[in-house]
Amino acid sequence: MIQNFWKFHGGISPNGHKNLSNQTKIVQTNIPPFLVLPLLQHIGEPAQSIVQVGDKVLKGQIVAHCRGNNCSLQMSVPIHASSSGTVIAIEPRAVPHPSFLTAPCIVIQTDGQDTWTERTPIANYSTLEPTKVREYIAISGIVGLGGAGFPAHIKLKPEGIDTLIINGSECEPYITCDDRLMREHPHDIITGAQIIRHVLGGAKHCVIAVEDNKPAAYQALLEAAPESVEIVKVPTVYPTGGERQLIYVLTGKEIGRAQLPATVGIVMHNVETARAVYRAVQLGQPLLSRTVTVTGGGIEKPQNIEVLLGTPIRFIIDQCGRKLRIERLVMGGAMMGLTLPNDDMPLIKTTNCLIVSSVKDIEKKPKPMPCIRCGACAQVCPVNLLPQQLYWYAKAKDFKKTQDYNLFDCIDCGCCAYVCPSHIPLVNYYRYAKAEIRASELERKKANQARQRYEFRAFRLERDKAEKKARLQQIKANSEESRKAAIKAAVERNQAKTIT
Amino acid sequence: MTEITAIIVFSGLALLFGLLLGYTAVRFKVEGDPVVDKIDNILPQQQCGKCGYPGCRPYAQAIVNGEVEINQCPPGGEVGMLALAELLDREPKSLDTNLAEEQAQLLAVIDESTCIGCTLCIQACPVDAILGAPKQMHTIIAQECTGCELCVAPCPVDCIKMVSIPKTVTNWKWSYPSYQY
Repeated sequence: MIQNFWKFHGGISPNGHKNLSNQTKIVQTNIPPFLVLPLLQHIGEPAQSIVQVGDKVLKGQIVAHCRGNNCSLQMSVPIHASSSGTVIAIEPRAVPHPSFLTAPCIVIQTDGQDTWTERTPIANYSTLEPTKVREYIAISGIVGLGGAGFPAHIKLKPEGIDTLIINGSECEPYITCDDRLMREHPHDIITGAQIIRHVLGGAKHCVIAVEDNKPAAYQALLEAAPESVEIVKVPTVYPTGGERQLIYVLTGKEIGRAQLPATVGIVMHNVETARAVYRAVQLGQPLLSRTVTVTGGGIEKPQNIEVLLGTPIRFIIDQCGRKLRIERLVMGGAMMGLTLPNDDMPLIKTTNCLIVSSVKDIEKKPKPMPCIRCGACAQVCPVNLLPQQLYWYAKAKDFKKTQDYNLFDCIDCGCCAYVCPSHIPLVNYYRYAKAEIRASELERKKANQARQRYEFRAFRLERDKAEKKARLQQIKANSEESRKAAIKAAVERNQAKTIT
Repeated sequence: MTEITAIIVFSGLALLFGLLLGYTAVRFKVEGDPVVDKIDNILPQQQCGKCGYPGCRPYAQAIVNGEVEINQCPPGGEVGMLALAELLDREPKSLDTNLAEEQAQLLAVIDESTCIGCTLCIQACPVDAILGAPKQMHTIIAQECTGCELCVAPCPVDCIKMVSIPKTVTNWKWSYPSYQY
């Protein structure tokens, strides 16, 4: 029973703009004319296509699988066809990744029939072994739908977990998909939580956390929850929804950077992930669609919409009605979202929100000015870092110093950049530094590998030389012996001749 | 009398410490120079010979011997040179302009329609990154290729090209933010 909450350092309270999109029920999407499914929509190994151009596919059919078809042993999940149709291409397409490069995708032309493949739900999950249910979750393509996209089964190894936290905080401005989901489908979420609890070997505590700016969602969950599932209301602060921040608020436990929450017996999943688990296990439906908030001043009807994965973003925006020309399109929330260059990209598993802005919604972005060492950034950092120092060292490319100041504990939340009076895009510096450090570590590993191969090659050449020498000596010795034997035989023959 | 005692005591101590030092010098002798290992760890291991030495370890040894400056390694680049400067407590020097330009790592690619299977490139590769046999097709194992370019010259039909490594979503990285005030 969680009685009191801890308060993490810093945090900000921006205007949520939640009532733009949380007033109406979730709407079902129409079937788009074609679907673009990137093979990598999660953190880990990309899936590999198992279909060919021209194949007919059914809704829910696996079109890309993990190596060896055993996803539960890898950091990977399969990709399913979100609707029935024909595969028309397997080729690189533009994907919503910060690089704006292309990546391999399977393109399906839908036939409008939406015909399901055979569905095999688990009749009674509580009687099945947890590992079997976990494999089922893996093969249903479920990843963390709160934004990170971690394959869900990775976090579901039953190793001494006593607390399961379902994250319904949704702290980022503009996003309301979890809010509507909790209001409209509380039973699905709670059943999903129970299934996850079973996979973890029966966690002692199960808590669903909701921010206190969502009273209707809290009420709905409270009414639907059994005794064994606790619903709590946490204070509304950004970024309460971050995994480590929410764990701290609920339990007071701080988790070191190199540790996982599992080491202190805690596992956290998003409410939408819990609902996806429910659908997979109870209804036999793999992850084919998700709730997305489509909002912003550039949308005629801001709302939450359940979208088939792979739907082109343009199709979704058209369904909601665009007001004027889109000036800016952001995938994600206002703090951590990614600005997309165009709306030709597909919706992927980790897309939780689309913010569409027309010209009159955008404030002119002030140019960055020099840092005045005011310290406002350090006051709001939820991880209690020193963003100012990280900025100076990242700017100077002194990566060792950034690590001394705990750069990798930074969660990219953007609170520091939000309050900076000089409008410095601080997070971009941290992302740059992290990328450089990771790249140089990879280079170091490659260099070690190259050195090993070089040394082995030297050893191999020496060994070949020594073997050759030994062989030649052997041949020489053999030929000496055979010469001596031939001479001896000839001498004997001669002697035999003389005697007779 | 006390003078004699003093002399005996100090001689005894000197003998004792001398023996101790002699023993440790023999018992704890380290083969090779550990500084060479540390320098070798910083060098990029391409074994390309651009520094004028036949490999990274000989270059590391030469630096320790004081024969050469620390700015002779183009693949290590400025970052490598600064790391060496910090390790050896020397002044950083900009890369020697007589040598090859510093550039992003390249990948060797064999044109399979031209390859004659002569194995000359296989013998040249310092990290055994080329797969093949006499009169069989040769190919470069992209994961192991360090971009040292030693295979390009021996090829009698000039079928090896150096290309830049294609950027994908997995090897892309954030660029340095630069703003005008």
